[in-house]
Amino acid sequence: MHIHKFEKIWLIFGVATLLVFLSVIGVSAFYLGNQPPSCLATINPEKVDTTAPFDKPGLNKVEGKEWDYELVFVASAFNYTPGEVEVPLGAKVKVIATTKDVVHGFNAAGTNINMMLEPGYISELVTTFDKAGEFLIVCNEYCGAGHHLMSSMIKVVE
Amino acid sequence: MAQPGLDKRTQTKVEDQSSLKGTLASVFLLGFFLIITWVGVFLLFVNRF
Amino acid sequence: MSSFTEKIKKVDPRDAKLGMAHFYVAFIGLFIGGMAGLLQTLVRSGQYTLPAGIGYYQLLTLHGVVLALVMTTYFIMGFQLVAVSRTAGTLSNKQRTTAWIGFWLMTIGTVMAAVMILLNEASVLYTFYAPLQAHALFYVGLTLVIAGSWLGSAAIIMAYVAWRKQNPGQPSPLLTFMALVNTLMWVVATIGVASTVLFQLLPWSLGIVERVDVAVSRTLFWYFGHPLVYFWLLPAYMAWYVVVPKIIGGKIFSDSLARLSFILFLLFSIPVGFHHQLMEPGIDAAWKFLQVVLTFLVIIPSLMTAFSLFATFETFGRSKGATGLFGWLKELPWGDARFLIPFIGMLSFIPGGAGGIINASNQMNQVVHNTIWVTGHFHLTVATAVILTFFGISYWLIPHLTGRTLTKAMNKLAILQGVLWAIGMTFMSGAMHAAGLLGAPRRSAFSEYGGAAQAAEWIPYQIAQAVGGSILFIAIILVLYIFINLAFFAPKGEEEFPVGEAANLAEKAPMVLENWKLWLGIVVLLIAFAYTIPFIDLIENAPIGSKGYKLW
Repeated sequence: MHIHKFEKIWLIFGVATLLVFLSVIGVSAFYLGNQPPSCLATINPEKVDTTAPFDKPGLNKVEGKEWDYELVFVASAFNYTPGEVEVPLGAKVKVIATTKDVVHGFNAAGTNINMMLEPGYISELVTTFDKAGEFLIVCNEYCGAGHHLMSSMIKVVE
Repeated sequence: MAQPGLDKRTQTKVEDQSSLKGTLASVFLLGFFLIITWVGVFLLFVNRF
Repeated sequence: MSSFTEKIKKVDPRDAKLGMAHFYVAFIGLFIGGMAGLLQTLVRSGQYTLPAGIGYYQLLTLHGVVLALVMTTYFIMGFQLVAVSRTAGTLSNKQRTTAWIGFWLMTIGTVMAAVMILLNEASVLYTFYAPLQAHALFYVGLTLVIAGSWLGSAAIIMAYVAWRKQNPGQPSPLLTFMALVNTLMWVVATIGVASTVLFQLLPWSLGIVERVDVAVSRTLFWYFGHPLVYFWLLPAYMAWYVVVPKIIGGKIFSDSLARLSFILFLLFSIPVGFHHQLMEPGIDAAWKFLQVVLTFLVIIPSLMTAFSLFATFETFGRSKGATGLFGWLKELPWGDARFLIPFIGMLSFIPGGAGGIINASNQMNQVVHNTIWVTGHFHLTVATAVILTFFGISYWLIPHLTGRTLTKAMNKLAILQGVLWAIGMTFMSGAMHAAGLLGAPRRSAFSEYGGAAQAAEWIPYQIAQAVGGSILFIAIILVLYIFINLAFFAPKGEEEFPVGEAANLAEKAPMVLENWKLWLGIVVLLIAFAYTIPFIDLIENAPIGSKGYKLW
């Protein structure tokens, strides 16, 4: 099979570029801890309200962990609990969420807080809220007739 | 239809390369576009919390 | 080989009829789905409310099912069947009958699914994620569509096997080879979606089982969902590699490299479904990254394709005496819709592909996942690169099959259609990409989200989407007008089915490329490698399953 010299140059350049992309995201994910949310923990979706930490939705201060707060959300058609929450600027927070019924999305617009909530699974993500402002949480996975009305609000305050 | 006399792409190696220089330029422009867009979104990822 | 294909210039009328049956359904689907799409963009602009109790999500389900699942599958099946008939010889009666049974099964299934959507019994979108539960007949309909497509696939496989038997030691005609690769990929991929529909969703919707494993169902769906997008793309690549060179009067850059790129698509399109599930809680991050790496491998054949296409154009232009770095661009037949429309499609695949690399980049997916950026992305890939190429194919294939010709007036109209599409999609997809980066969600009706400041920023982009959507709908009306003209009213005559020749006929394609035991063996190994352990993990660590919900 004859391959033109220019095509070889192009393919070497292209493959090298892809390798650089993969290395950058690989280092970011595996060494800097920026993995996509993959918690793997399960829960009985019918007993969410009585299972810790979902029996206390909202911002909870924690001690002796790598993060200062746990921000707990419970999703169900078509709302989030809490419907609004304040987070101190600069706080390192573990966001923990799950759903009581169907699949929902959980995206704080304009941030990297973006995860699927699936019945039976807990979704988690650790981040530092280093920008003040109001961040709208929207459900970005179709969940039924009221899907576009499902939202919450994170206010990052000084 | 291609004129056989002008289509020297497969004949010798030197002409082979010169006749595809526009292709090489085009794919590299494409490659730079891929890099610029990817880096742009990567920077968004890095700057957001 | 080439002398063989030259002898069969015209598709046999019986095969033409089979092809046209598929195209009628495809273009009816285009009208219905396009209408739904227009209404969606109008709703999202905030300026329009749907009449007569039609739900936004009902409409969205219709749009997705009719365009992404029905229109594409019918067009591809029809195109591949006539392409095989044109290049490997007229189908045998047995092959043709098999394909016809497949056509009718698909059509019965399509009608069933459509009726359930219209009755508002299946507003679950085209991805039908459990535990939203549609009416059982919706799932039965989808099963029939897939089963029917398997019969159409069987006809193509039988035709290929017959050709190889009659031509021992010869590489198959390029278009037939490509149709076969896409068919094999389709069959392997649809096993996933057929499994979740038949063994999980159907018994659950019938009440035979109470609960469904959501994560397993999603994983089986996306095992199918990514090769699905390549199933759409490869017929466009067939036209770009084989048909377009002939239309411009040039040659296929390299027959062997075209085949090699198709084999790479076959290998790497399937074990990559996790890049649609990067934000899901139930899959280990290491396995996600492994499939991200495999996803990046499937970029390589597209890089090869880009080079081949540019090389075909440049070689042709230089043979016409073009000079300078880009002088060859001037020599291309810009006034020929059969070239221009697919060419616009090729161009749109550049930003489409760039967005795809971003989407697949593991944690970077957090920036765009399920935002309307994604909708913008696949409206560049499938709804521009692929669909415009399908339109470009139709403009010569429909008259070829109906014994008519593409007149100068229709050619002009077709060019207008392509230009309108490019303009409309620039508005719509561009606004979708921008709003998505700001966080605007996909698959959502108009909402001000309680007056949130961020949501207010999205509205101007949504109005731009409605402007783009309206322009696109005008283009769809033009497509349908041209289609009807070419099918029923255009002057009788001979329209060519263009099949290109390789530049270097002396170079015979390596026969190892036709060794299906080898390639399918590697396909199975790669799938087993990418999926076995995470799939067992999903099942072993599964939470209690979900009951069905009907929340619309």
